[in-house]
Amino acid sequence: MLLDRNGPASDSWTHSDGAAIGNIPLALVPWEALPEALANRVPGQQIGVVVPGSLAIAEIEALLPELALIAIGFPAYSDGRGFSLARRLRRAGFTGRLRASGPLIVDQFAYALFCGFDEIALPASSAGRQPAEQWQRALSHVGARYQRGYGDGGNILDQRRAKRLAQAAG
Amino acid sequence: MYRYDEFDERFVRERVEQFSDQVARRLDGSLTEDEFKPLRLKNGVYLQLHAYMLRIAIPYGTLSSRQLRQLALIGERYDRGYGHFTTRTNLQFNWPKLRDVPEILGLLADVEMHCIQTSGNCIRNVTADHFAGIARDEIEDPRPTAELIRQWSSQHPEFSYLPRKFKIAVTGAEQDRAVIKAHDIGLRIRRHPDTHETCYEVSVGGGLGRTPMIGKVVRDYLPKADLLAYLEAIMRVYNLEGRRDNKYKARVKILVHETGLEEFTRRVEAEFAELDGPSINADPAEVSRIAAYFAPPTYRALPERSTALETARAGNPDFDRWVEVNTTAHKQPGYAAITISLKPVGEAPGDATSEQMRLVADLAEEFSFSEIRVTHAQNLVLPHVKLSDLFAIWRRLGEAGLSSANIGLITDIIACPGLDYCALATARSIPIAQAIARRFAEDTRQKEIGELNIKISGCINACGHHHVGHIGILGLEKRGIESYQITLGGDATQDAAIGEILVPGLAAEEVPDAIERIVAVYLEQRQAGESFIENVRRLGLAPFKAAFLELDRAA
Repeated sequence: MLLDRNGPASDSWTHSDGAAIGNIPLALVPWEALPEALANRVPGQQIGVVVPGSLAIAEIEALLPELALIAIGFPAYSDGRGFSLARRLRRAGFTGRLRASGPLIVDQFAYALFCGFDEIALPASSAGRQPAEQWQRALSHVGARYQRGYGDGGNILDQRRAKRLAQAAG
Repeated sequence: MYRYDEFDERFVRERVEQFSDQVARRLDGSLTEDEFKPLRLKNGVYLQLHAYMLRIAIPYGTLSSRQLRQLALIGERYDRGYGHFTTRTNLQFNWPKLRDVPEILGLLADVEMHCIQTSGNCIRNVTADHFAGIARDEIEDPRPTAELIRQWSSQHPEFSYLPRKFKIAVTGAEQDRAVIKAHDIGLRIRRHPDTHETCYEVSVGGGLGRTPMIGKVVRDYLPKADLLAYLEAIMRVYNLEGRRDNKYKARVKILVHETGLEEFTRRVEAEFAELDGPSINADPAEVSRIAAYFAPPTYRALPERSTALETARAGNPDFDRWVEVNTTAHKQPGYAAITISLKPVGEAPGDATSEQMRLVADLAEEFSFSEIRVTHAQNLVLPHVKLSDLFAIWRRLGEAGLSSANIGLITDIIACPGLDYCALATARSIPIAQAIARRFAEDTRQKEIGELNIKISGCINACGHHHVGHIGILGLEKRGIESYQITLGGDATQDAAIGEILVPGLAAEEVPDAIERIVAVYLEQRQAGESFIENVRRLGLAPFKAAFLELDRAA
């Protein structure tokens, strides 16, 4: 199941086991096959890559402009490396889609969005137990946060600041 | 004291709703037990040996009278009329029912409290010097920093699924009363020698547990304004690189150790250099907003000495002794800080009944600007008391069994709950503490021995801080029998040290004799004015070991 902040989404990407991507318009390849897949790319074709949470940013940085999607693998919901890698990818200027791929739980949805992910790809075993409406409801439980720089607006420190400025002005 | 604004209030209420929803999803099967576990842990709910345990956060150990009364009420209504103060300055209730937890969280939110991140692989309750704002050796009050960190670390989107738990402590004084060197991050406020501005010395990689380590300095002088960005850099390096293959090697201390201090520091500094500080750090107005809550209360102008106090001391040796042992000099003339011992001989260290909590809350309201502190040594503090009020307070404490004059002495023992409550424990802690306290109960003897910290853990996880006890006692299980290892020479202060093993395995009933033997060597060999720990540092373990060999030969 694929989810984004608006609810269930359809996955238009085609997984490829290796670099043989033919003319698949949106081809999602494993990290190991990426250099070859990029070399095989045909005009108009978009490439996405599946990377492990342990990937060092330096290894992928130079390739970011070539990529339309990066799917970071979460081997378990308890393995939070992907959140930090997402932050580093966004900081490095990656503007394509960022996907968290693995058995995340509903309660991590807001965190994932704040860290720069656009969507979650859940395995069937997790999706079966956690229907899409639970993911939407979980978002409603997470309002303003204390940390600055995670997601758009809405952080408490900046809201306090705005309030102070408004009071001073008015 | 800090007070919630509308944002803090809403944040905590959302957590209560969120946890209620999580419990519902566990009950309907949406979440597996494995998936639910970290969620309940992050809300302070443990499954213990006999029941659920609820751990309530007391950020940097500061409580108001109103809050302490609410804790007393919860203890009475949902538990068995008592609670246990921990070495993280939290309060644990040992017998609540899971179905009552959302209601308890609501009652806590009513008094600006919560259980957020008192467990789980996240940043835990931040602790600080319990004499913050009052100690005469203080450079700057650590509480505004601790509150800023409390907020910043709450529900952190990036750092809530760390390799392992993560503990931060802050001190702003010369003497370290917050054990910062045994924390994942220890912050010490100090002045820069050239600019004279207050900065943080940042230590990383301290910790107790099965691999005890003393924290190492990664930054000597961090400008205060850069705090949150620097913490973010440390946490990101740890979150990405900390070991996840073995939970016993997952703490940041192992990463620092295996990477090497120099390389670890380089990685943190490189990450920090990439960050845009102004978009991460709290702006100065926010820092001032928080700091304003910790402005000193409106003290009365009083003389340095109180005739009433001196008269009362002269007429009552017990009171005199209690004043000597349990009070601490205050920045403000005519005031003192009182440490209320939760270590009466024969009781479980750190336990307080609801009645006792109410009495302390009342005394704080009447005499100490409604403020109470919890110490990592599991005692309570009334931070701002007029010297002339000490006698009245002492009498009322005495009526509730709270006037033990033993702070810092041999019966002021830190002990974890151990096998009496804890699912992880391998041996009992409380009965050992009780037996030692009974053995050394006599006041004159305690006084003669002087400052001596005994710390007891009922398993290798070291919640009782045994590694940094002058005498540490670790309860293990060998072939189904409880066995106690004794360490010597640990130190929890700015001279932090890990104790060395003196005796590998004693039966529970042999422990008091062993302590007696150690103390005898000290009393025999000490030089004038030399404390126990100074004596151990000077002599090393050899004379103490020799005393045990003699014992073996005699047997």
